[in-house]
Amino acid sequence: MPWPTGVSPMAIEDDVLVIGGGIAGLTSAIAAAETGARTRLVTYKQSTLGNASGLVDVLGYAPGDDAPRADPYDALAELPSEHPYSKVGADAVREGLALFDDAVGDDYLGNHSEANALVATHAGSVKPTARYPRSAAPGLVSDDRDMLLVGIDSVTGFDAPMAADHLSAAGVPFDVRGETVRFPKSFPQDADVTRYARALDRDESVDDGTVREVLADRVEAVLEDERRVGFPAVLGDSRHEVVRTELQDRLGVDVFEVPTGPPSLPGLRLEDALYDAAEDAGVRITSGNPIVDYDADGGRVEQVLMDRMGSEVAYEAQQYVLATGGPVGGGIESDRGGVEESIFGLPVEHPDDRYEWFEDDVWGDHAYTEFGVSVDEDLRPVAGEDAQFENLRAAGNVIGGYDFATEKSGSGVSLATGYVAGSEAGELI
Amino acid sequence: MSEPSTIVIGGGATGVGTARDLAMRGIDVTLLEKGNLTHGTSGRMHGMLHSGGRYAVTDQHSAEDCMKENRILRDIASHCVEMTGGLFVQMPEDDDEYFQQKLEGCRECDIPAEVLSAEEVLEMEPYLSEDLERAIHVPDGAIDPFRLCVANAVSAENHGARIETHSEVTDLLTEDGEVVGVEVEHKSGSGSRVHGAAGETEEIYADHVVNAAGAWAGEIGAMAGVDVEVIPSKGVMTIMNVRQVDMVINRCKPRGNADIIVPHETTAILGTTDEEVEDPEDFPEEKTEVDFLIEEMSKMAPILEESRTLRSYWGVRPLYEPPGTGTEDTEQVTRDYFLLDHTERDGLDGLSTIVGGKFVTYRKMAEATADHVCELLGVDAECRTADEPLPGSEDGAILSDAMDRYGLRSPLARRNKQRLGSRYDDVLSGADPNPVVCDCEGVTRAEVQDAIESAGTDLNSVRQQTRASMGTCQGGNCSHRLAAELHPEYGEAAARAALEELYQERWKGQRHALWGEQLDQATLNHALHASTMNRDRDPTDVSVDFESFDAGHAVADGGESDGD
Repeated sequence: MPWPTGVSPMAIEDDVLVIGGGIAGLTSAIAAAETGARTRLVTYKQSTLGNASGLVDVLGYAPGDDAPRADPYDALAELPSEHPYSKVGADAVREGLALFDDAVGDDYLGNHSEANALVATHAGSVKPTARYPRSAAPGLVSDDRDMLLVGIDSVTGFDAPMAADHLSAAGVPFDVRGETVRFPKSFPQDADVTRYARALDRDESVDDGTVREVLADRVEAVLEDERRVGFPAVLGDSRHEVVRTELQDRLGVDVFEVPTGPPSLPGLRLEDALYDAAEDAGVRITSGNPIVDYDADGGRVEQVLMDRMGSEVAYEAQQYVLATGGPVGGGIESDRGGVEESIFGLPVEHPDDRYEWFEDDVWGDHAYTEFGVSVDEDLRPVAGEDAQFENLRAAGNVIGGYDFATEKSGSGVSLATGYVAGSEAGELI
Repeated sequence: MSEPSTIVIGGGATGVGTARDLAMRGIDVTLLEKGNLTHGTSGRMHGMLHSGGRYAVTDQHSAEDCMKENRILRDIASHCVEMTGGLFVQMPEDDDEYFQQKLEGCRECDIPAEVLSAEEVLEMEPYLSEDLERAIHVPDGAIDPFRLCVANAVSAENHGARIETHSEVTDLLTEDGEVVGVEVEHKSGSGSRVHGAAGETEEIYADHVVNAAGAWAGEIGAMAGVDVEVIPSKGVMTIMNVRQVDMVINRCKPRGNADIIVPHETTAILGTTDEEVEDPEDFPEEKTEVDFLIEEMSKMAPILEESRTLRSYWGVRPLYEPPGTGTEDTEQVTRDYFLLDHTERDGLDGLSTIVGGKFVTYRKMAEATADHVCELLGVDAECRTADEPLPGSEDGAILSDAMDRYGLRSPLARRNKQRLGSRYDDVLSGADPNPVVCDCEGVTRAEVQDAIESAGTDLNSVRQQTRASMGTCQGGNCSHRLAAELHPEYGEAAARAALEELYQERWKGQRHALWGEQLDQATLNHALHASTMNRDRDPTDVSVDFESFDAGHAVADGGESDGD
């Protein structure tokens, strides 16, 4: 490939270059850095973790299951051979989780058991997950203590009375009730949840005291015999443990958060924790600009090119990890004619006819939800049987062949494949 | 003597318009609709307020009606109308002579028409092709069919009419060669729809029955043994996620396929095609139609080729021509309406059918029908629907006063006002707090609750009234929030069923836009609803062995622990 005009002649050099700043990219970068390789992570945008619940699912359902699985490793054995878990094996899942536990420390629980936990969702359903934020721990639905859910009348994403009735309909082993209270401070009607979190972080003053005091008073007024109280996930951002602990102390019962949709504070907190861990592991992080192109020679990626406000900057490494995500993250792109991977133009298996990408039932077994690159046993993207580049590995949702949302495996696949791609890349240095 | 009674079958524009007209003349009216209001063609049109320019060359009678009604609707339904203006754009391959005919035709039909140069056009609409030759400017506009139909129904109710949705007419009752009433199946009982409520059957008797069932008019006629030969003709429409144009854009060539763009609220709607189908409820929706539409329209507005589409949908026109006319191409069938007097035509008393016509001429069709019914029933009352504004359009001044009263910030306030018109005050007073439920379209709780009052648990009807879930995310971020608004009154099971129905309906149209950014959006929606909420494997449907899962462990952080 000829040098495009505007390319800086001096490439930035590292041993391992990871492209993508989601869970898979961060895991890959930490795993690579831990082998001693000089590692850089480049990410275009803030990752998609603001959309994520902050729960770390490994595998909740095997193909054909209606009921959730308590043991994810049992279910793992039933997956088809093209599933990324089948490529990397159960040990890689355990290694990925170990890396995660190490990276986030006390912020997450669940590592005392290989069994899945069941967590209430903000819609009042329950879902199986492997690791949960400390702030969600008292809300586990396998725990049989009675529960009060508290909604905020101006936060429409979580309707506590409805979620409570839904949980009851699901047959949870405890009594659950929902109440709605008014937040101590009022905001513009289109304020998002971060505004509520900030008011709690700063414990802003209101007429009858502070936001935390008044909120606790209002909840106390509706609390009966329940020993635990769940709120939508708005209980603080940077000081969330302080906020939650204070509410617990004031109410004298456990307080937990129910993970909610975007913008998801538990997702954003997880992102912060993983970035901190990556920096601690010595990963160099470059953010804000996209990788748009690459240069290859003889089946090896020589360098990738970043578009920095119109001029191209080269990043060079011996090994590369592609962790750009699926369609939401921007790693996979499509038009009316077809689907491919965004940077290297890697092939993505898809039916020729666009009308076979979906099923008519929204919950059907769609093709589009599994779009992603195919990989070999070393997670190198392939066309047919052949690895496209000997020094390029893929991790996370850029890999196809599984529907993380349906099987509840999103973060787990990212951790397992991220661990394998990152550590193998690092060990080759 | 009790007042004369009528039944109107069909809750599209013509049906609700007829119900309103009859009710305003003091006649007892029951309107029956098998789905929600606008369930049929009215809810699946392109939202164009025709000036009549489109028909000015070959169908001048329709064109004149369109222009007259266009003027009336701007007065009586101002909160449903956006007067964008429209253009007939001539491309290099389009005939000069036809352009001239169009211009003269408009003038003959009293449609204000002005020729603009390419330069003038591109200044107004910069995304149109630079190759265009020139254009004719006409008073086309955009109209919200949902809002218009609901306003007509509300007005009819205010004048004493009974409006029953989700109530399907299953038979016409006849006695001695006369239609005397209908048998109707209320899917969830009479009144507002409630998911899970038991259905019931009712026989309703009336002095006269009006068949305004549009594409389904033939099926209704058949129940009394009369032939109504509606020609159902399907057309596809594709919704873009932004307004690439601010005026209605028509291609200036003989009426054909894929030649209209209508700016509608935050979106632009591309239309359309014209193809006869057998069954108005079951016909193929094909990829080739969507591709054709985008490719054809891109010739006039090249930006559309790469633009994001939100969804596509198909409508079925209830075209009609008198038996024996024999027009072969549906595109050439007249857009005139026909009022069928079955006494004269078939020797059957007690039934009239109103069919054909355009959405824009619904009021005139209703007037003609009501005149006919009044004459039959011996009622001497004038039509007032051309003069009396619809609820929401009564007083423009109220709008400017109310701007700041509810702490609504622009552009939220502006959009709330546009949708509610002069009902703004009624709907928003007493709503505290009034958070936004649908972010894409800026729909607040008060508007949603207002719509629920008439729609019951029918969230698709709430959607049509408020535009909630009609924006970029297609309900991914708000469908569950809308369902939660039902919970206090209707309970969890009904709210969950209503959510499922809305979410499936939103998916139906998105399937036809499943590439590029909308595929990305669909993937995100799937993640939120299946992964974050686990709605695809809802545990209420299965038995879960809760004890086999991780029950947590002591959380030593100041609160209580579960002691294990």
